[in-house]
Amino acid sequence: MMPELSLNILDLAENSISAQANFVEIILDENIKDDILSLVIRDNGKGMGDEFVKQITNPFITTRKTRKVGLGIPFVKQITDLCEGELVITSEPGQGTELKASMKHSHIDRPPIGDIVSVIHTLIVLNPHIDFLFIYKVDNNIYSIDTREWKAILDVVPLNDMNVQKALKVDLLSGLKKIGRSLI
Amino acid sequence: MTTLDELRKLKEKALDDLKTREGKASAKITVGMGTCGIAAGAREVTTAFMEEIQKRNLKDIIVAQSGCMGFCEQEPLVEVEKDGQKIIYKKVTVEGAKKIVAEHVINGNVVGDMVFASEEK
Repeated sequence: MMPELSLNILDLAENSISAQANFVEIILDENIKDDILSLVIRDNGKGMGDEFVKQITNPFITTRKTRKVGLGIPFVKQITDLCEGELVITSEPGQGTELKASMKHSHIDRPPIGDIVSVIHTLIVLNPHIDFLFIYKVDNNIYSIDTREWKAILDVVPLNDMNVQKALKVDLLSGLKKIGRSLI
Repeated sequence: MTTLDELRKLKEKALDDLKTREGKASAKITVGMGTCGIAAGAREVTTAFMEEIQKRNLKDIIVAQSGCMGFCEQEPLVEVEKDGQKIIYKKVTVEGAKKIVAEHVINGNVVGDMVFASEEK
């Protein structure tokens, strides 16, 4: 099991990258009023057939060639099971995949969100050819960053340019601070 | 949030910097980012590499990621490609990442005790 939810998010986004997605949406929603924490990861990757989706929470079902065990999705399933939530995965071959995980926000077994800033920053900087939309909601406060907007202005300057890397980190840190999530 | 104006200024500055250096990367650092790598600390290691490179202002180093390399028990695995040689380091920690940047990436000396495998081109 991962010690932080942000590491599960990184792992799930890696699945989208492996599925050749060029656009990945990550929506983290802390609905404290209703005591629900939900996570949505949506991509436009190659998707999966029904049969594969049905078996995907089974650790012995995996696409990896190096080992016969895949633990990414089972880890998330374990969390949603423990925390009175659910995991719903829908996918369409050639269209993409959507994963929705929800859990009780105040549940004692819910992992902390952890260093989500480093995770989003790592994903954006290490995959400059992929577009990311990250939305973080805490009740009615919303932070979002859309790399497509950055790219439209930055033009030939890549997102892994050192100046851009710094600016992305500042944007993420200050944005999360504004919605009250500077120290998670 | 970063304003459009700030982004435009950022672009100008980045373009200025681009002009003053040659296009080719002098080294490429690839971190294994499979479930195994992440569980073993790949995110912290990646962040350490990025911060170290930033701190030392090494503009011609690329940090990249790969999936599981098949040696999960040795994660976090990091491949450094420099001067036509590929070195894979095993069980890399934050401290190890700093050492790799200082000794291998900058000075060209392989950090012997952390090597998992090597490959000449």
